[in-house]
Amino acid sequence: MFQVRIHGRGGQGVVTAAEILSVAAFSEGRHAQAFPSFGSERMGAPVVSFCRMDDRPIRTREPVMEADAIIVQDVTLIHQVDLFAGLSPEGYVLVNTSRSFDELGLGDLFGQFHRDHLVTCPASELALEQLGRPLPNAALLGAFAALTREITLDALDTAVRDRFAGALGERNVAAATAAYRFVKLAEEQVRAATD
Amino acid sequence: MLRQIEGSRAVAETVAHCRPEVVCAYPISPQTHIIEAVGAMVKAGTLSPCEFVNVESEFAAMSVAIGASAAGARSYTATSSQGLLFMIEAVYNAAGLGLPIVMTLANRAIGAPINIWNDHSDAMAVRDSGWVQLFAETNQEAADLHVQAFRLAEELSVPVMVCMDGFILTHAFEGLDVPEQSDVDAFLPPYEPRQVLDPDDPVSIGAMVGPEAFEEVRYLAHLRQLDALARIPTLAAEFSEAFGRQSGGLVSPYRTEDAETIVVALGSVLGTIKDAVDVRRDAGDRVGVVGITSFRPFPRDAVREALSGARRIVVVEKAFSIGFGGVLSTDVAMATHDADCSLRTVVAGLGGRAITRRSLEELLAAASRDELDTLTFLDLDHGIIERERARMTATRRSGPSAENILRDLGTVASRIG
Repeated sequence: MFQVRIHGRGGQGVVTAAEILSVAAFSEGRHAQAFPSFGSERMGAPVVSFCRMDDRPIRTREPVMEADAIIVQDVTLIHQVDLFAGLSPEGYVLVNTSRSFDELGLGDLFGQFHRDHLVTCPASELALEQLGRPLPNAALLGAFAALTREITLDALDTAVRDRFAGALGERNVAAATAAYRFVKLAEEQVRAATD
Repeated sequence: MLRQIEGSRAVAETVAHCRPEVVCAYPISPQTHIIEAVGAMVKAGTLSPCEFVNVESEFAAMSVAIGASAAGARSYTATSSQGLLFMIEAVYNAAGLGLPIVMTLANRAIGAPINIWNDHSDAMAVRDSGWVQLFAETNQEAADLHVQAFRLAEELSVPVMVCMDGFILTHAFEGLDVPEQSDVDAFLPPYEPRQVLDPDDPVSIGAMVGPEAFEEVRYLAHLRQLDALARIPTLAAEFSEAFGRQSGGLVSPYRTEDAETIVVALGSVLGTIKDAVDVRRDAGDRVGVVGITSFRPFPRDAVREALSGARRIVVVEKAFSIGFGGVLSTDVAMATHDADCSLRTVVAGLGGRAITRRSLEELLAAASRDELDTLTFLDLDHGIIERERARMTATRRSGPSAENILRDLGTVASRIG
């Protein structure tokens, strides 16, 4: 089972992100489960959503306590929420920011997790370019696909179009594709630097 | 066709396939998505003929359902928590009049303090109202139970409540098969009312009944529930035949053969319990679990049979009777009163507190060592309780407890579970 936890704030599409991710995984023949954990239902309040993917039916209903990947949609949560609690040593971290982990004061993560499992991605900026609004969720899922390979970009695109009709869907697909390429390029640069 | 959709959406589509003629509801979290989706289908004309009545409160919602049902229309509504309490007088009336209304209850805690999250306090508050209460373990079962609910309700002239855990099920996306229109049409015949308000053939419904006959009327309602007890397994079998999957029934045992310790529970927590049971089985504990699908009528014989091999029964419940203990436990105790086994109550998941597999594993391990108290509150923070009790002892004007506790806890938005 692969378990994802998405942290963000009300209004950023945190719940929608987990749902789209589950649809993408389902379309690739896997069992998937997505559900939210609301705090107060209001704009700007911290929101957590969860997505599980497995080759077997999923029975558990507990929140994702032991995550394989954590997506941070809102970087201002870093000092408010215990974002990385329960993350597996083999786990992935994806943060929506144009800054680096060191600049965010999260350099410690490099000592705890695989270096190539930690990625920052300016998803809000990419979304702003493609959508005209800084809604980072589709872009972050593109970055997630590139980082973890748990879903393909094709499956994600289909799930995004399924959720957002017409031009909005196409613009979200463009944002997801841009973030996917951003992460792939960053991976190649890291590889080139280590070789 | 398997689709990855939200539980509320699946229930809304299934209800639409049951062809309700009147739907009336007032929005309340976490029921909202169901009613919004049904309303949109009526407006778009995909659910037709059907009248969607916007009402001003839950009391009106159930009152309209009563009127519509008495006029011979297949009637549906949905609610949660305080909404159910607000309609409770009409809830009793629907049952007392024998009107086959189907209602989804998206289970949510009851305030004060206000809490929008899941537990079973709302369902337990109307336990004795005369409604059939069926609990869904998964969204597939929640959808399927609605098809069986309309059939059962109309056959027996008794209202049926399908209980599904708020947020945990209503807001969860998972793969499921919405019962197809043609299959539902084949399973659910048109509504043929036993009593109907018809100007061409007038009758009175709901007249005053004094001591000369009230007990008999109530006893008849009891007999109808006993009829439901016999009908529910048959309908589940017919459903399985028609739809190719198992949903509904009275009880659902899992790994209970040779089990010394058997957990009993209602609703979606059964999934997490099954995972915990598998872990403890691997560790050598002989444990199993029995889910109760039909809470009212309570299947006393089926429960006794399912628990017959157990030395220990552990009832995990998302509600409790303050000042006493378990609610479901009391029923299970009655069902097993002549059995040679211990019974422990575990109250868990109140107001949406996460019931984790790890806590359940520890619970099962403790049960197997005979270390469980008669009444346990899972993951209760005793430190917090002691601090508030100390404040209350120290000063008369200690203030509102809930707010004091929140201040002690600090920022709670940071918690995941």
